[in-house]
Amino acid sequence: METVKLTIDQKAVEVSVGTSILKAARRVGIEIPTLCYMHLEDLNIEHKPGGCRICVVEVQGRRNLAPSCATDVAEGMVVNTHSIRVLNARKTVLELILSDHPKDCLTCAKSGNCDLQNMAIKMGIREIHNQDIAAMSTYRTDFSPAIIRDMNKCIMCRRCETMCNEFQTVGALSAINRGFMSVVAPAFEMDLEDSVCTYCGQCVAVCPTGALTEVDHTNRLIRDLSNPAKTVIVQTAPAVRAALGEMFDMEPGTLVTGKMVAALRRMGFKYVFDTDFAADLTIMEEGSEVLDRLSRHLKGDKSVKLPILTSCCPGWVNFFESQFTDMLDIPSTARSPQQMFGSIAKTYFADKISVKREDLVVVSIMPCLAKKYECTRDEFKVNGNPDVDYSISTRELANLIKQANIEFHSLPDEEFDLPLGESTGAGVIFGATGGVIEAAIRTAYELFTKKKLDSVDFKALRGMEGIREATIDFNGLPIKIGIAHGLGRARKLLEDIRSGKSQYHAIEIMACPGGCIGGGGQPLHHGNSEIIMKRMEAIYREDKNKPIRKSHENPYIVKLYEEFLGKPLSEKSHKLLHTHYVDKRKKIIYI
Amino acid sequence: MSEYTIHLLVCGGTGCKSRTSHAVAGNLKAEIKNQGLSDVAQVVITGCFGFCEKGPIVKIIPENTFYTQVKPEDAKEIVEEHVVKGRRVQRLLYKDTKTEKIVTDAREMERYKKQVRIALRNCGVINPENIDEYIARQGYEALGRVLTEMDPQQTIDIIKKSGLRGRGGGGFSTGTKWELTFRNKADQKYVVCNADEGDPGAFMDRSILEGDPHSVIEAMAIAGYSTGASEGLVYIRAEYPLAIERLKGAIKQAREYGLLGKNILGTDFSFDIDLRYGAGAFVCGEETALIHSMEGKRGEPTMKPPFPSVAGYLGKPTTVSNVETFANVPPILLKGHEWFSSIGTEKSKGTKVFALAGKINNVGLIEVPMGITLREVIFEIGGGIKGGKQFKAVQTGGPSGGCLTEKHLDIPIDYDNLIAAGSMMGSGGMIVMDEDDCMVDMAKFFLEFTVDESCGKCTPCRIGNKRLFELLEKIAIGNGIPEDIERLINLGNVIKDTSLCGLGQSSPNPVLAMIKNFPREYDAHVLDKKCPAGVCKALMVYEIIAENCVGCTACARACPVGAITGERKEVHTIDTGLCIKCGACMDRCKFNAVIVK
Amino acid sequence: MAKIKNLADLRKLKDQLQSGTKSGGKSEHAEELVQVKIAMATCSIASGARETMNYLVDELEKRNIDAVVTQTGCMGYCYAEPTVEVKLPGRESIVFGYVDHQKADEIIEKYIKNAILPEGIIPVNYQKINE
Repeated sequence: METVKLTIDQKAVEVSVGTSILKAARRVGIEIPTLCYMHLEDLNIEHKPGGCRICVVEVQGRRNLAPSCATDVAEGMVVNTHSIRVLNARKTVLELILSDHPKDCLTCAKSGNCDLQNMAIKMGIREIHNQDIAAMSTYRTDFSPAIIRDMNKCIMCRRCETMCNEFQTVGALSAINRGFMSVVAPAFEMDLEDSVCTYCGQCVAVCPTGALTEVDHTNRLIRDLSNPAKTVIVQTAPAVRAALGEMFDMEPGTLVTGKMVAALRRMGFKYVFDTDFAADLTIMEEGSEVLDRLSRHLKGDKSVKLPILTSCCPGWVNFFESQFTDMLDIPSTARSPQQMFGSIAKTYFADKISVKREDLVVVSIMPCLAKKYECTRDEFKVNGNPDVDYSISTRELANLIKQANIEFHSLPDEEFDLPLGESTGAGVIFGATGGVIEAAIRTAYELFTKKKLDSVDFKALRGMEGIREATIDFNGLPIKIGIAHGLGRARKLLEDIRSGKSQYHAIEIMACPGGCIGGGGQPLHHGNSEIIMKRMEAIYREDKNKPIRKSHENPYIVKLYEEFLGKPLSEKSHKLLHTHYVDKRKKIIYI
Repeated sequence: MSEYTIHLLVCGGTGCKSRTSHAVAGNLKAEIKNQGLSDVAQVVITGCFGFCEKGPIVKIIPENTFYTQVKPEDAKEIVEEHVVKGRRVQRLLYKDTKTEKIVTDAREMERYKKQVRIALRNCGVINPENIDEYIARQGYEALGRVLTEMDPQQTIDIIKKSGLRGRGGGGFSTGTKWELTFRNKADQKYVVCNADEGDPGAFMDRSILEGDPHSVIEAMAIAGYSTGASEGLVYIRAEYPLAIERLKGAIKQAREYGLLGKNILGTDFSFDIDLRYGAGAFVCGEETALIHSMEGKRGEPTMKPPFPSVAGYLGKPTTVSNVETFANVPPILLKGHEWFSSIGTEKSKGTKVFALAGKINNVGLIEVPMGITLREVIFEIGGGIKGGKQFKAVQTGGPSGGCLTEKHLDIPIDYDNLIAAGSMMGSGGMIVMDEDDCMVDMAKFFLEFTVDESCGKCTPCRIGNKRLFELLEKIAIGNGIPEDIERLINLGNVIKDTSLCGLGQSSPNPVLAMIKNFPREYDAHVLDKKCPAGVCKALMVYEIIAENCVGCTACARACPVGAITGERKEVHTIDTGLCIKCGACMDRCKFNAVIVK
Repeated sequence: MAKIKNLADLRKLKDQLQSGTKSGGKSEHAEELVQVKIAMATCSIASGARETMNYLVDELEKRNIDAVVTQTGCMGYCYAEPTVEVKLPGRESIVFGYVDHQKADEIIEKYIKNAILPEGIIPVNYQKINE
């Protein structure tokens, strides 16, 4: 590899051709401040529009300052990253950004966790000159079921645009207007709710300010917990236990299942249950559906649609409902674990504890923002009463625990309540990309072949590669599995299905990078995608430590079918645990 | 048909008129009548010759004799000697101030040669809607020669040696740019003509496209051959419908003659041109923003490198050149690079088309060799300042340039000299300002434009320019403090230093140059709260002169905000706190009692 | 229009056009005709040059004057639009400015018919390069 020698702040450095000044500086321990720059290595995203102009540096012989994130090194280059010219420029540029930014840090959702706030602290900005005559670019705040867009706080870093268009290929956001009033928004500045937004929340995950935040249900939860007339129960997603600890300064990848349960109990939830239980339930239903389609296909039934697609990710469901409406009969009809849980909780469990449906409040803790929207879908309500009342994100839970002044570190490890708290390893791995289909295989294999698996670990299905495939041997029958995480990759697989090229029998799709562990509601990774890797390792660790690792062996699942549902795909199962999809194509707006 | 064999043209321009040119004409007519030659010699008043300091001017045709500083008393001698006897009056002949040579034929006058029309060679000469007229003037001959007698490198070498630099404002060596694209290997390359011409007041490119579209078409084909491109695109602003129409028509005719399309002139070179329209964005004149606009993306500039010659339109090597640059290419190839580089200065060869606008008599399009001075352009070719007012400044380079003042008038115009003087060549707009123009107001005018046209991608331009504008407004309404001027300078310099593209890098130029060249005017606004030029309304104070006021109450009744008080037949007063400076009182007063300070 | 097959043909065409007519292929004895050119750029049109041109074409025909009237691009005298250039056989061309119907009429009656110069001549301030 050809290399380049240069000098940065009088330190000699040698790097390969094509390296940016920013990266070269890191090699010699110089951390040039950045704002709009974002590098997610595992996702192959290097976002360097060179727009904020915070990372500018002085390059000898160059007339103006150079943006270090987007300028490649050259042989013999002499760079100065902290001359007074650079300092003056950086401070002035930052002051400009602040002059067009609301000053409500005290009540802003991002306070303490905001890249812009941190930059202002670092650069010691004490005064915004002429703020009295400074116009501000203001916009209508957009409240959708899951995401809040407060574009007064947008600094035009364009990270959300990159995630939405390049990575997710959803295309809900792009820059509109020009000059001072330019902002990132859906076309015609329509509400997110009216756009093709899937609420995957990847934009929220990368926004450096409080412009994009999630809908916060913390106060609503506190009200419900304080209401003696309500019985409030909670379900927790697998991905939460692998990341919650980060909000309490624990190492990424620390499993905090026991402490999480203890904290929830202390906050006043009557019953602390586990979404993983419902994940096992999902496997029963979806696995049976897979086998049903498979056997009909093997018998020669031409009307059967293959591949079958997983349907537990609401962001992914929104995606195909708005952009692939010609294929609504291909995904599985099984509801997501969150919704299956709610459905069973408000029927089976409500009966068990003799509480009326309307007095039971089901709350879910999710790594996901689309789950907030999923709760509101009409299909998941009975007489207007939702199966899951609302969903709160990992971040909201952590904030709530801190607000309650609960010392997280010193909590004992506690167990989930029963019967909806028992889960298998298959349920846990739902949190990682490849986990859903692996869980499904563990059950489908045994049900189909009537044989016991030697090993339940299907390592071929695991990993961070965007699109993965594997062929699983079902006792002589090769079953082709496809996996994609990130909607851009999902699109590729969908287009293959559309054109008839797809060779898969089953495909698992997750909207978020890494699966749910990389969800929009998780602790912010601020660009460090290694954190997602560590969470993934934690998920598989939990699975390995579980005594039971196959969904159909969960005794409480077995009991649920015996006592209540009958069998998978029964009429009752269909009514409570399955759904249908809607054509969500938006009407075209004529101006 | 008349029997006139000789015509005496007397300059009737304002300059000469004030110096009695009409009396000259009158005397000449009288003398001719005396001599009984009224049917043979005609005296006629014409428009301005642009030679005001040597007026009154009398030009005699058909032999083109040019008399200067003619007095009414000279009429007798002119008629007796020249008209009757055919002998020129030597003492009145034009004497070249530099060479001291007496010029007998006006066509030999240096000033007549001041304009050298290369890019505009066919404008005003041919019918742009008829390709035959272009061909009759050696049109497409350059393309023919290039295709049959030269290889791409040879063509590029000629352009390089000629010294032609980008006329859009960048001033980059055209030959070098073409060579960079030529060197990059790809399966498809493009030639793009930048016809976005966004500078307010600039219309050089429009005139070339309206008057001689084939010169651009031919040059693009030559560029295609030299760089290895088979497709050309003209990005033309939608606000130029006539230019679009003429260009479309020209392309159609060229295709019919086989001068565009497959196997041009029997060679294996194929080239065709497509049009793309702008949508009202000044920033799309920047080459990367232009390319993205053509690709259907948001018209925003992106970082360079990569340069378009490496990865441009659709990621392929692309040459982007300006209309005027292209218009210069065929003559260079026909007449040789030595001819072209013999015109101009050492580093800036050839000519430049300027659009003269503002407070100048001869508003219009001129093409002059590099090295000519501003004084010659404004006072000779331009005919001087309108209304005989005092010259104050000239803005070159539009909203990206700086103002040049009295002390810069003798600078030879070229790319580097203008930058050294704190301005730039830009695309060629020249806006002349006089004593009635306010330098704070003018800075606001240019900045308002760039604030509007900023694409919004980078912080310094998006927010910084807006803040600069707000500061100027603050100063213009009388709320300025001395720190504001320091702030303008610091902020302006940071914007220049950190902006992503040329728009932001040059938008503070007008205000920085005006503060530098007119510091006292800025101080007057900030410290004295006064506008010396009388433009900034908020700083004007309306007053009633007691001596002149008769108390008729007309002004008080005209005032829309009731700011004037006074009894009938008593002196009235204006409450400056309420006054909105609409001027209605001044319009109404029949006694000249209302003044503005 | 037939395609021009090669450089030699192009040159031949040019020669034909130059010798045949200087005003661009319209009629044969151009030297003997009055040539009238009207600037027809955007500023010209905005000042009424189209009306001027139509008037000249109609009137010259009505008054039985053999003339070739063509449009051309910007001559550079933008402050004096509409501008008209008239070349009488054997004489140098003269440019007139501010040519409305009245002035056009004057140009026809005085100059084209009688070689009497009306007022409003715009002295040219540049040379034209002829190849």
